[in-house]
Amino acid sequence: MTLKASAKSKTKKTASKKPDAKNGDAGMVELRLYVAGQTPKSLAALANLKKICNDHLTGRYKLHVIDLVKTPQLAQGDQILAIPTLVRKLPVPIRKIIGDLSDLEKVLVGLNLRETGIVN
Amino acid sequence: MATSKVRHSEKEKPQQLEKSLTGIAGFDQITNGGVPKGRPTIVCGGPGCGKTMFAMEFLVRGATEFNEPGVLMTFEETGEEMTKNVASLGFDLKSLAARKKIMMDYVKIEPAEIEETGTYDLEGLFVRLQYAVDSIGAKRIVLDTLEAVFSGFKNTGLLRAEIRRLFRWLKDRGLTTVVTAERGDGPLTRYGLEEYVSDCVIFLDHRVTEQVSTRRMRIIKYRGTSHGADEFPFLIDDRGFSVLPSSSMRLNHKVSNERISSGVPDLDAMLEGKGFYKGTSILVSGTAGSGKSSLSASFVAQSCADGRKALYVAFEESPLQAARNMRSIGINLERYMKSGLLRFEAWRPTQSGLEMHLLRIHKLIEEFDPEVVVIDPVSNLMMGNMHEVNSMLMRLMDFLKTRQITALFTSLTQGIHKDIESTDVGISSLIDSWILVRDLELNGERNRCVYVLKSRGMAHSNQVREFVISKQGIQLLPVYIGAGVVLTGSARLNQEARERAERLARQQSIDGKTRSRERRRKAVEAQIAALRVELDDEESEASLLVTEELNKERRLAQDITDMSSLRGGKSNSAGRAAKLGKS
Repeated sequence: MTLKASAKSKTKKTASKKPDAKNGDAGMVELRLYVAGQTPKSLAALANLKKICNDHLTGRYKLHVIDLVKTPQLAQGDQILAIPTLVRKLPVPIRKIIGDLSDLEKVLVGLNLRETGIVN
Repeated sequence: MATSKVRHSEKEKPQQLEKSLTGIAGFDQITNGGVPKGRPTIVCGGPGCGKTMFAMEFLVRGATEFNEPGVLMTFEETGEEMTKNVASLGFDLKSLAARKKIMMDYVKIEPAEIEETGTYDLEGLFVRLQYAVDSIGAKRIVLDTLEAVFSGFKNTGLLRAEIRRLFRWLKDRGLTTVVTAERGDGPLTRYGLEEYVSDCVIFLDHRVTEQVSTRRMRIIKYRGTSHGADEFPFLIDDRGFSVLPSSSMRLNHKVSNERISSGVPDLDAMLEGKGFYKGTSILVSGTAGSGKSSLSASFVAQSCADGRKALYVAFEESPLQAARNMRSIGINLERYMKSGLLRFEAWRPTQSGLEMHLLRIHKLIEEFDPEVVVIDPVSNLMMGNMHEVNSMLMRLMDFLKTRQITALFTSLTQGIHKDIESTDVGISSLIDSWILVRDLELNGERNRCVYVLKSRGMAHSNQVREFVISKQGIQLLPVYIGAGVVLTGSARLNQEARERAERLARQQSIDGKTRSRERRRKAVEAQIAALRVELDDEESEASLLVTEELNKERRLAQDITDMSSLRGGKSNSAGRAAKLGKS
């Protein structure tokens, strides 16, 4: 039971942009952010992610924020060890970025979005 | 509950470190009760030394025997792989997992797909552990191999802090944990995990000496408790991990006054007529072909006939071969093998190191629980360092005595000229009864002699007996001792024949003398009879003469009377006649 970030009041963020300029599912980036409670690192990661998504992926992403304190059973599925971890579920292959996502360049490289032509 | 353990020390200190039984054979003995309860323990060693097996057995035994469910967190192998690996030890992880006794969590670390940006922590690991612990109420944790996280993350400073936090976390929750760690170059473990776990560090080693591999375990550190500091050999086989504990420090075996027959009536006769004491160690030593195995077989057969379970460990003959060979001397071992009273185990002495042999024997004994054990020959175990051999054999004998098992060892003495009483085994002092079989070469033949060198606690015979193996089994014959020479074999037979002939001759001469005396007696008696007849004849003749004379006299007197009456003188003649009648 992943929680849609938009439905998640805890993180008090309107995470997912409504897919107004929808490019179809082919261009969609599906992201999951794993956090464990509202630690400073988690909050920082979420804020940084929002910014990156807004700046580079407007309307082309889905974001789920998963709080492992509430749903610990979900940690195994994506092999989460470090917190916070951002998982790019789509497009495949899966990529993981750990840390508070403070380094924009690394995040973009890590998400491997430039190569796939999603971000220029 | 299998939590605390009875300590040997009489004065129990308060606040003794609580321990958790691992269920690993031997390990709980050497640590006086297992690993520290509610604390982490590090098991380290090189590749293939058995770290994971140790950890797995700790977990499975905890779940199955001590009702302590456990969480297995693997970093290198998936749950399925692990399930397959330990299936060879007879552990069924799948069913344990289904019964919520064990929960497996495979932590996959793929450095290639992870990018690090900024700070992070390993809270995910904690969350997963917590979740697993909560879902089955785990008391035990295995982290195999935690160090793998070092390959997945670049920030080692952060990792160290997190590992420190993890151990703290485990301790706070009172989880008995086994962490495996790879051996490093300098310190014990590659990433120095031992500095975080200060309670118990176990080191496993797998070494090869003279092409024979041995596994050893050493407890490097065990805070707050006494532990054996030696290296203990251990074994991993189809029943799991087992450690061979060293000999107990004390000599406090139970003793028994029960006697157990050797299977050879003549040998029993040399041992007060009753045989060995139950629960003692017997050594039969001798040169090649002196009949050691035959003695052992006869001992085993007798024990089985008495309804005792016997274990025969042979290093030279296969079960079938031994059965055939023993049949030739009238000992039927097959019957007992079939009925299950006799367990005949044979393997090559070169197959493994000494520890392995002893461990195998240990395990066989634990499993089969015999009353009698024969190891034929124990001298085949003597490989490598004599000091090690002695300590190993001492352990074995100690173990056998503790279990009140009567054990018979045979030992092959090398060479004829060597002093055979100084055992090459070096275990003679541990032996209670020592029977020596030796060859005697005389007059172009080789004969076997047997004698009881020592037998504690009984007035054993000091005789040297000749040891004869025939189709009817084993017989001990008294040897001929005369003029300071011991004669055996045909020399003895010769001497016996000579003695028989002499005896016969003596008997014959006695008979002859008796007969001649009889004859003489009869002759004399005949003479006596003849004389008596003669005497009788003479006597009767004499009496006849007397009668005749008397008759003559009477007639004369009558004549005189008649004459005088004719002449007329009456009275005179009457008086005379009366006088004659009187005489």
